[in-house]
Amino acid sequence: MKVLKGIGVFKGIAFGKLHMFEKKTCTIEKREISNAENELKRYKSANDIAVRELGDLYNKALKDVGEENAMIFQIHQMMLEDMDLVCFIENLIETQMVNAEYAVSEAARKFSMMFAAMDDEYMKQRSSDVKDVCQRLICALISSRSESNAKSKLSYIIGADDLTPSETIQMDKKTVKGFVTMQGSHNSHTAILARTMNIPAVVGLGGQLKEKYEGCEIIIDGFSGTVYINPDVTTVRRLKKKKELCDHQNELLKELKGKKNITIDGKTVDICANVGSPADLDGVVQNDAGGIGLFRSEFLYLRRDDYPSEEEQFMAYKNAAVKMNGKRVIIRTMDIGADKKADYFDLPKESNPAMGYRAIRICLDRPEIFKTQLRAIYRASAFGKISVMFPMIISREEVVEAKRIVRQVCDELDRDNIPYSREVEIGVMIETPAAALISDELAKEVDFFSIGTNDLTQYSLAIDRQNNKISSMYNPHHKSILRMIKMVADSAHKNGIWVGICGELAADEALTETFLSMGIDELSMSAPFILGIRKKVLEINVDEVKEKIIKDLSF
Amino acid sequence: MRRFSYTINSENGIHARPAGVLVKAGSQFKSDIILYKGEKHANAKSLFSVMGLGVKDGERIDIEISGEDEDSASENIEEVLQNYFRAVKAEETLA
Repeated sequence: MKVLKGIGVFKGIAFGKLHMFEKKTCTIEKREISNAENELKRYKSANDIAVRELGDLYNKALKDVGEENAMIFQIHQMMLEDMDLVCFIENLIETQMVNAEYAVSEAARKFSMMFAAMDDEYMKQRSSDVKDVCQRLICALISSRSESNAKSKLSYIIGADDLTPSETIQMDKKTVKGFVTMQGSHNSHTAILARTMNIPAVVGLGGQLKEKYEGCEIIIDGFSGTVYINPDVTTVRRLKKKKELCDHQNELLKELKGKKNITIDGKTVDICANVGSPADLDGVVQNDAGGIGLFRSEFLYLRRDDYPSEEEQFMAYKNAAVKMNGKRVIIRTMDIGADKKADYFDLPKESNPAMGYRAIRICLDRPEIFKTQLRAIYRASAFGKISVMFPMIISREEVVEAKRIVRQVCDELDRDNIPYSREVEIGVMIETPAAALISDELAKEVDFFSIGTNDLTQYSLAIDRQNNKISSMYNPHHKSILRMIKMVADSAHKNGIWVGICGELAADEALTETFLSMGIDELSMSAPFILGIRKKVLEINVDEVKEKIIKDLSF
Repeated sequence: MRRFSYTINSENGIHARPAGVLVKAGSQFKSDIILYKGEKHANAKSLFSVMGLGVKDGERIDIEISGEDEDSASENIEEVLQNYFRAVKAEETLA
């Protein structure tokens, strides 16, 4: 197996045999003609055909990829109709009595050389546009004499030095599964077209892509920009899985985007996304999330040498708020510690870090770190709908103290005349059995709960799921966990606040009925799962199943 | 005959797409429209000719328009230069 690295321009996976693309070139012979008038007519009608073809391509591109990208085909049309080009060709036919094909090929040579000789990189590349349009014209001339050859019917991944926009947009999506090119960048014409046409592609491979790979089985991973030549069994299996998920996702997307999360009997639930870094935001919007139910702020703290500044954090939170355009973004204050360590925090070595100095415990102990983050969050609240959430809570006192610090921060912002929203909701994560058992008290202090089922399971069952010897015993469906979730939901609703789930269980289809029966208001999960759960919700009738589910869980 | 000069103020100079806009505008008129850049000149109705001039950001071009509809042509071309190339009209014109 050979692994090539390039630039992925469309997030998709494609399998197929590599076929190195040969430019459709026709050998041009120079012939003497006897009747210039006839030859001029031939040229004229072929030119009309070529211009019309480009018009069709323009219309297709207009629909597929928008006006801005489609305009290249209008430019190509203008080139064919350009008076300099037309005069040159007509003149050659009339004065030298040569066939139209030859005259056009001479024009292509002359005008492409003119561009190639220019001292501007962009203009140099236009010489390929000239060759492209003249080639089209020559093909039109030739096919007006003979039938065009039939197209291949097999599935291929096209490999090429580079592809012209017209070659790209004409690819038959039934046979061409993807393409890989040596040239090209993320924003080249071709890359943009591929992206908008949903053809997985990796460009900019340079010399890594070799002629000798012709006919090899290859896989394109457009997510990572990787191309596998003759992939091994493990790679095939891994990427098949990735492709299935991706295809499934696209199907769901078509079917479910824009729909409400509503059960047969009319119950609704909010389905939101968990976000671990700014890179996840596009997926959140694409998968039609109702908001961000968990914005993990750790990415700001990890893999660096010093604390992130208020400004840096503010920008990150603000971007998320703006991107979500009025939908709720719940920012969880930093959860450093346990398995997420940053050296500059200077955390002590602990024999049991999962139960150690982490998250809110650090924040309340070192309020200067906490206040910087809270200031950034509240400042960002002026730009969208932001909520704040504290992790690893075990007592009411912690919540009261955290809220006191929030008030301090707000007072400071008021004093400095810095705008922030007065409607920032404050919530806590319920991820310790302690918090679950006192959820009735906690509910009086906050606006919402979000149940972190991963830690809740680990702490309740006393199972470290990283420990291979016992990980098979890690069972988040354990009755104790479900009972706690129900208890938390009841506490929330009794006190008039809402409750969500942001752990992995939120995306567990086997439990969606259970959660809806408990009246869970929000489920937050990794974005690719959202539409699958929406589909599930649409098939549920809570009235029918609720009684039995609740009875099975009760004491 | 009408003469005027502009300094191009568009990131990519007169590249393919902007050149297309200019040529489209010019082709509507009967008048001859010639662009001058230094010693080179171009027919504003030919895409190849305009692109061949290779006008870059910050460069100055002189425009010469002559013919029966030169007034409306000038007006139109100036509009394109100002709106599409954010070009700035230069004080002195072609001698």
